[in-house]
Amino acid sequence: MAEIAHSAALDVHAGHAHDHDHDHEHHDSFWTKYVFTTDHKMIAKQFLVTGLFWAFIGGAMSMLFRIQLGFPDANLDWLKPILGGWIQDGKLDQNFYLALVTMHGTIMVFFVLTAGLSGTFSNFLIPLQIGARDMASGFMNMLSYWFFFLSSVVMFISIFIETGPAGGGWTIYPPLNALPQANPGSGLGMTMWLVAMALFIVSQLLGGINYITTVINLRTRGMSFSRLPLTIWAFFVTAILGLLSFPVLFSAALLLIFDRSFGTSFFLSEIYINGEALPNLGGSPVLFQHLFWFLGHPEVYIVILPALGITSEIIATNSRKPIFGYRAMVGSILGIGTLSFIVWAHHMFVTGMNPFLGSIFMFLTLIIAVPSAVKAFNYITTLWKGNLVFTPAMLFSIALVSLFISGGLTGIILGNSALDIQLHDTYFVVAHFHLVMGSAAFFGMMAGIYHWFPKMFGRMMNDKLGYVHFWMTFIGVYAVFFPMHYTGIAGFPRRYYSFTSFETFSKFQDLNVFISIAAFVTFAAQAIFIVNFFWSMYRGRRAPMNPWRSNTLEWTTPIEPGHGNWPGEIPTVYRWPYDYSKPGAAEDFIAQHIPYSQTPESNLAHEVDPVEAYDADLTVDTHAQHRG
Amino acid sequence: MSYILITVAILVLVIFAMIVRTVNLLEVFSGSFYKRAGTSNKVNALLFPITFILGTIAIVWSYSSASKEFLPAPSSVHGKEVDFIFWLDMGIIVFVFVATHILLFFFPYMYQFKEGRKAYYYPDNNKLEVIWTTIPAIVLAVLVFTGWRVWTDITGEAPKSAYNIEIVGKQFNWMVRYPGTDGIIGKHNFRKIDALNEVGIDFDDKAALDDFMANEIHLPVGKPVELKIRARDVLHSVFMPHFRVKMDAVPGMPTRFWFIPDKTTADMRTELRNPNFNYELACTEICGRNHFGMRKVIVVESEEEYLEWLKSQEVFLAKNPDYIKNVPEKLRADAERIISKKPAEGVPAQAAL
Repeated sequence: MAEIAHSAALDVHAGHAHDHDHDHEHHDSFWTKYVFTTDHKMIAKQFLVTGLFWAFIGGAMSMLFRIQLGFPDANLDWLKPILGGWIQDGKLDQNFYLALVTMHGTIMVFFVLTAGLSGTFSNFLIPLQIGARDMASGFMNMLSYWFFFLSSVVMFISIFIETGPAGGGWTIYPPLNALPQANPGSGLGMTMWLVAMALFIVSQLLGGINYITTVINLRTRGMSFSRLPLTIWAFFVTAILGLLSFPVLFSAALLLIFDRSFGTSFFLSEIYINGEALPNLGGSPVLFQHLFWFLGHPEVYIVILPALGITSEIIATNSRKPIFGYRAMVGSILGIGTLSFIVWAHHMFVTGMNPFLGSIFMFLTLIIAVPSAVKAFNYITTLWKGNLVFTPAMLFSIALVSLFISGGLTGIILGNSALDIQLHDTYFVVAHFHLVMGSAAFFGMMAGIYHWFPKMFGRMMNDKLGYVHFWMTFIGVYAVFFPMHYTGIAGFPRRYYSFTSFETFSKFQDLNVFISIAAFVTFAAQAIFIVNFFWSMYRGRRAPMNPWRSNTLEWTTPIEPGHGNWPGEIPTVYRWPYDYSKPGAAEDFIAQHIPYSQTPESNLAHEVDPVEAYDADLTVDTHAQHRG
Repeated sequence: MSYILITVAILVLVIFAMIVRTVNLLEVFSGSFYKRAGTSNKVNALLFPITFILGTIAIVWSYSSASKEFLPAPSSVHGKEVDFIFWLDMGIIVFVFVATHILLFFFPYMYQFKEGRKAYYYPDNNKLEVIWTTIPAIVLAVLVFTGWRVWTDITGEAPKSAYNIEIVGKQFNWMVRYPGTDGIIGKHNFRKIDALNEVGIDFDDKAALDDFMANEIHLPVGKPVELKIRARDVLHSVFMPHFRVKMDAVPGMPTRFWFIPDKTTADMRTELRNPNFNYELACTEICGRNHFGMRKVIVVESEEEYLEWLKSQEVFLAKNPDYIKNVPEKLRADAERIISKKPAEGVPAQAAL
C-alpha cells in the first residue's frame, strides 16, 4: 500500500517537475521569506511563535495573581525588579491585581487561543489539507498577521504605562471601563486596549475572509465538502463565526470609544462619581453587554472548534480508525456554530435583563449541549476497538475530550438560569470555562503543534519530553481548576484580591495554596515544551514523509514544502480522509489521493468514484495524444 | 539565594535532558526506536487507568473534605428549590462524567497498539447517533423545565405585602435605604447626590420624607422582601450567598430581587454553633480597586424585632435637618411633622395589611 502511494507520488513528481519550475523561494530574501512573507506556512509559524510568546506573558500574569491568592501574606519585594511600583510595601497593588486578571483573560482568549490557535492552524492546514498552493490572497494573509502584530505591540506597550493596562475585566463592561476616574486602568490603558482590539479585529476579518474563500474555491480536484478533513470543517465554520461576530465587537468598542472620548451616552446614564454628577443620560450598560456577548459567546466556539477539529484528525489517525460518525461530526460543528449566535445572553441572567429573555436563553443554551454531547460520544467511540498509538499529540487530544466533557457538564448547570443566580461570577464559572474553553483549547493547540511539527519544521519533536510535558500539564490543569468548583459552590466571587474581609469567604485558604502550587508546577512544566519546541526545530530527528501514517494531503508534500506546497501537480483526491484500517487493505491507512482503482481489495460496494472514472478516461486520452 | 535556585534549576534541566538523551540512545540501540509503538506506548496506556483511579480517589477525598466548608443550607424559601435542582443536576452530570471517563480512560489501556492487530473499521452507526442525540435532549429538556419553573417563580412579581428595601452600590460600599413608616421608598435623582445624601433622595417626593439610611440590612424572617437595587457610579452586583440571591446593580437602570428569608441570624448561630455568625452581602461584579471589600452585614430577625428596629431608626431628614430646605414648600409641614415624631413612629403600611 505504502509502496503504491510512494510510486504514485513519484509519478506525479517525475511527470510534472518541469511544469512548476517557477518556484518562488529562489528569489526570496530574508525579508520576503521570514518577515513580509505571503507563504501561508510561514505566516502560520509567525502566528504560532507570537501566540506562544503571548501564552508565556498571559501565563506569567496568572502566576502573579496566584501568588496573591495562595500566599496573601507573602512579602513580594523580590518582584520589585520586574514590577517596580506595582509592589507597595511588599504587597501586590490592588489595581494591578485587577489589571493582571484583565490582561490574562484578554491575552489568553484573543491573542493565544484565537490568533495563536486558529491563526496558526487555519493558515497552516487549510491550503495543505484541501490541496491548494496557498491562501486565496497571500497578501491579505500577510496583512492579517501584521495587523495582529501591530495589535500585539500596542497591547504589549500598554502593560508598561504608568497607570497600568486595562483593569476592568476582559469583558470591559462600562461604566467602569468607560470612565477613567472609576479605575486607573480605564484611562490610557483602556484606550490602548481598544486600539489593540480594533487592530486585532481587522486582522481576524482579513484572515477569516481568506480562510472562507480558500476553502470554498481552492479545493483540489475531488476534494468535495463531504471529503474535507474535520479540521477544515472546523476552521471553515470558525472563520464564518468570526466574520459574523467580530464586527459586532468592533461596534461595541467603537461606541465605547465615543462614550469615552466624545461625550456620547450609549452606555452611560445617571452617574455620580468623584463628587460630580455626569451629564450622560439615557444610555444602557446592559446594551454593551449584549453587544459584547454577541461576539463573546461565538468567541468561545471560535476558540474551541479549531481545537475539536484538530482533535478529530489526531484521534482518528492515532486510533488507526475512521472518525466515528463523520456526518454527525460535521452536523454538530454546524449546529454548534449556528446555536452559538443565539445563546449569548446566558452570560447576563442576573444583569436585570427581562427574566422572560432569560428563560428563552436558558432553553437555547441547553440545546447547544446536545451537539457537544454528540461530539464527545463520537470521540469515545472512535477510540473503541482502535489500535491506539500514543503520540504526544494523541495524549493531548484524549485529554482534550476529558476536559471538554468535564467543563461542558458544568455548563449545563450554569446555563440553567435558576442555578446561575447563585453561581454567576463565582469560582464555579472560573472552573467551568477554564476547563471547557481555556484548557481544552490549549490542549488542542498543543496537540496540533506536536502533530504538525514535522510538517512545519521537517523535524520530529522529542516524544519522551512530550510525554512528561503532557502528564504534568494534564494532571496540573485538573489540580488547578477542579478545586475551584468547591470554592465556587462555597460562593467565592471572581476577581477578588483577597477573601479575608468576609467571614463567609474566610476559609479554603489551604485549597488556594494548593491551587497556586499546582499552577506554578503546571506553568513550569511548559518549559519542557518550550525547550523541546526550539531544540527540535534545529536539532530534532529528521522527519519522514508521513510520520503518523496519516491520510490527509499535507503528508504528500515534500518533507519541507516550499512556497506552493507541491513541487509537481497538486494531487487529486479520491476518497474521504478517514480510511484507516479498512478491511482487506494491506496497510492500516489509505491516503486521500489513492484512487479506488488501486485498492480493489478494500473497496466497499458503493466506492466507485465519478472523478476517478472521469480521470481514467482522461488518462487514456492523454496517453493516446502522447502516442499520437 | 536566587543564584542557588537558578543553578539548581539549570542542573535539573541538564540532568533531565541527559536522561532523555540516554533513553533515546538506548532505544536506538535496542531497535525499539524504529518500532511503531514501543515501551512508552505501554506506559502511556497504563497511565490512563492509573490516573483515573488516583483521580477518583483524589476527587472523592477532596470533595468530602471540601464539602464541610460549603455554604450552609439556604436561608431563603427559593434557595431551597435552587439547591435541590443544583444537587439534582450535579448528580446527573457526575453520573455522565464518571461513565464517559471510565470509557475514555480505560479504552486507551484496552485498545493500545498491538503489532499485527487491526483496528475495527467502524465509520458510523446512525442508530447510535440518534440514541445519543435523543437521550441528552430529553434529559436536558427535563432540566430546562425544572429550572425554568423555579426561575419564573423567583423572577415573578413580588407579593404586594413585600417589604421594600433599597440597596445602592457605589465605589466601594453598599448604601441601604428604608422606606420609613409609609412603606414606600421615595424617588431618587442622581443629581441630588452629595456627601450626606449618598443615594440622591429626592425630597420633592412626599414618600421620601420619612426614608432613612441604615448601616446594616435588617430583614424580617418569613416575610417577602423586595430589594430595589441601584448603582450610582459603575456596575456592582448584590450577592447574598446564604440566601441564593444575586442581582446586578446598574447605573441608570433599577433592578430588583424578591425573596423570603426563612432563618434568622440567631437560628443560624445555633445551627452552625457559631455565636459570631453573620449573614453578609458581597459585590460580584468587578467594580474597581476595593471590589473585594464591599461588605454589608445582614440581620434577619423576627417580624416584631424587625418592626422594633424600624421604629428605632432615625429618619434622614431628622438626622440631617439641613436638608429641610430642599423640601418644597408644600411638603414642609409633612416634613416637620415626621421629624418631630422622632424616632419614627407608627406601623409600616405592610404590617397593617
